[in-house]
Amino acid sequence: MEEFEPKIVAFCCHFCAYSAADLAGSMRLQYAPNIRIVEMPCSGTIDHRVLLKALEDGADGVFVAGCMEGDCHFLKGNYRAKRRVSHVKDLLRAIGLEPERLEMYNLSAAMGPRFAEIANEMTARVKGLGPSPFRKQTGGDA
Amino acid sequence: MIVAEQKPLAEIAGMIGDCRKVLFAGCAGCVTVCLSGGEKETEVMATALRMKRQLEGNPLETVTYTATRQCDPEYVDAMADVVKGVDAVVSLACGVGPQYLAARYPDLWVIPAQNTTFAGGSKEHGVWEEFCGLCGQCVLHLTGGICPVIRCSKSILNGPCGGSQYGKCEIGKDVECAWHLIYERLKRLDRLDLMRQYREPKDWSKARDGGPRKVTREDVMIG
Amino acid sequence: MEQILENGRFAVTAEIGPPKHADAEKVVHHAQLLKGYVDATNITDCQTAVVRMSSIGTGVHVLGAGVEPIVQMTCRDRNRIAIQSDLLAAWSLGMRNVLCLSGDHQKFGNHPTARNVYDVDSMQLIHLVRRMRDEKLFFCGEEIKGAEPRFFVGAVANPFADPFEWRVDRLEKKIDAGAEFIQTQCIYDMERFERFMEMVRERGLDKRAHILAGVTPLKSWKAAKYLQTSVSGMIVPDSIVERLKGAEDGKAEGVNICIEQIKHIKEKIPGVHGVHIMAIAWEEVVPDIVQRAGLYPRPQA
Repeated sequence: MEEFEPKIVAFCCHFCAYSAADLAGSMRLQYAPNIRIVEMPCSGTIDHRVLLKALEDGADGVFVAGCMEGDCHFLKGNYRAKRRVSHVKDLLRAIGLEPERLEMYNLSAAMGPRFAEIANEMTARVKGLGPSPFRKQTGGDA
Repeated sequence: MIVAEQKPLAEIAGMIGDCRKVLFAGCAGCVTVCLSGGEKETEVMATALRMKRQLEGNPLETVTYTATRQCDPEYVDAMADVVKGVDAVVSLACGVGPQYLAARYPDLWVIPAQNTTFAGGSKEHGVWEEFCGLCGQCVLHLTGGICPVIRCSKSILNGPCGGSQYGKCEIGKDVECAWHLIYERLKRLDRLDLMRQYREPKDWSKARDGGPRKVTREDVMIG
Repeated sequence: MEQILENGRFAVTAEIGPPKHADAEKVVHHAQLLKGYVDATNITDCQTAVVRMSSIGTGVHVLGAGVEPIVQMTCRDRNRIAIQSDLLAAWSLGMRNVLCLSGDHQKFGNHPTARNVYDVDSMQLIHLVRRMRDEKLFFCGEEIKGAEPRFFVGAVANPFADPFEWRVDRLEKKIDAGAEFIQTQCIYDMERFERFMEMVRERGLDKRAHILAGVTPLKSWKAAKYLQTSVSGMIVPDSIVERLKGAEDGKAEGVNICIEQIKHIKEKIPGVHGVHIMAIAWEEVVPDIVQRAGLYPRPQA
């Protein structure tokens, strides 16, 4: 049987995580190819609905990556993102889906290696959890 | 505004356990402002419950709609199409909404998604407090603009009682003594004379005690 | 009263309205009048929400005069703390019967601007008073360490309120909650009461609780008309109004009607275990009614 390759959606802040991902690329760092990055103007723009929808539509894992605490380009967006992620984790718990499929990370634009590490860490975690029960049965790549 | 708090998801899930298709009806009035039953919350709830049912192998079809207000017949009338074919409607309005829906659609099973909590306002983003006891006979002009009917745990009209200490109420250190606040404010305004006056027992017939209330305004009636 | 009902005898209860002042003389007088003619007497609890001497306090006077009191306990004026406190006192003072009811809304009384309580409703009250006795528990579930009140628990039923079909369900719910005796609203529409009792018997409710039919002698056709038009939850057929109107002595005719009703209920309606004579502000007529209805002398418990 083919090994399970999770699909992970990463909502990345333009000012940090997205640039860090860029840097990881420039640095030719190897990291799990399971990550699909969505660029956001700020992690604080993340919406409960978007997180839920990503999971409902079959993402095996989702994470939000914002700036280091205290360093948000919009001052407090990353704190807001953290609370929302935490709330959606509660919702997942309530509906019976592993809350570990969702996570919040903080990093700066200079942390290319850290981005690679997060990507690997999240991929390993989701592999451990197995495929999402919402995964489309039709197969194929998303 | 009317402040309401969502019931736990599991409780709502239990109430629609035997439904296959459900309308989640939000309200763009008070519950949107207190972030518990607006368009966004309605979608989150519908999605979460749809996911829950999917996980349980008992898929739920959801419809979402947010009425301008669920406490006005015209906006509830406008829902005639969306309520068609659903097994139940989960209303995210305050307690008024499910009742308007029930009255307008006699065959529709209605479910409240909220616990309607109080009439109040926001203190900061994400914190709401009770301010009005809806007693039907306002006394704020006598109390410096602080309501003793609802903000005093005993609704005392000649306060503060003996349980007031350090500005707090006897029921809890995190509850301000309304009468202490009234005292401070009247003192500042040099109107403590108001507090010295004896206040007669209130006419509670104007409140819920007198039975369901109704306000009629002939001058604004149409037709 | 409990003994009489348990022994299968046809019981007679009456009603005493406490005074609107602090003098118990009249109450004692009424109790003395009723002594020997009734098995027990209800003591109303600020009926129609008019302030009167408390039912428990009045009950003490009535008991002292040799009549067994049935303390009425409404949910209108007391929260669960006060209700239990009063029940403890009532038992300690010799009260043995309690009738649980919602109580008239204060709008009808002399303090219409009062707050109302209705912390627990009559159904819950029945259940919780029984639990105090049977399980020695306060309403909150805490154990009563010491003597528990062991009341004979009664409730009311109104076959004349709507929806009619639901009235028997509600009665059953009260019996399920623990009501052991039931007093009905005063009956004038005998046909409707008979239909009600038929449904009661179908469900075997008459075997599970003692049903006492309520009757009230009318003083005049005007009184009948008033009940017919102004009191919610009452049905007075026109025939009764007309009969009183045509009578020379309205009071005497009212008593006659009442006696006929009692005889009819006792002889023609199976499942009724007694009558409850509510001679509102007319207590002195009760002995005559009891005697002429063939219910005197009362059996010894």
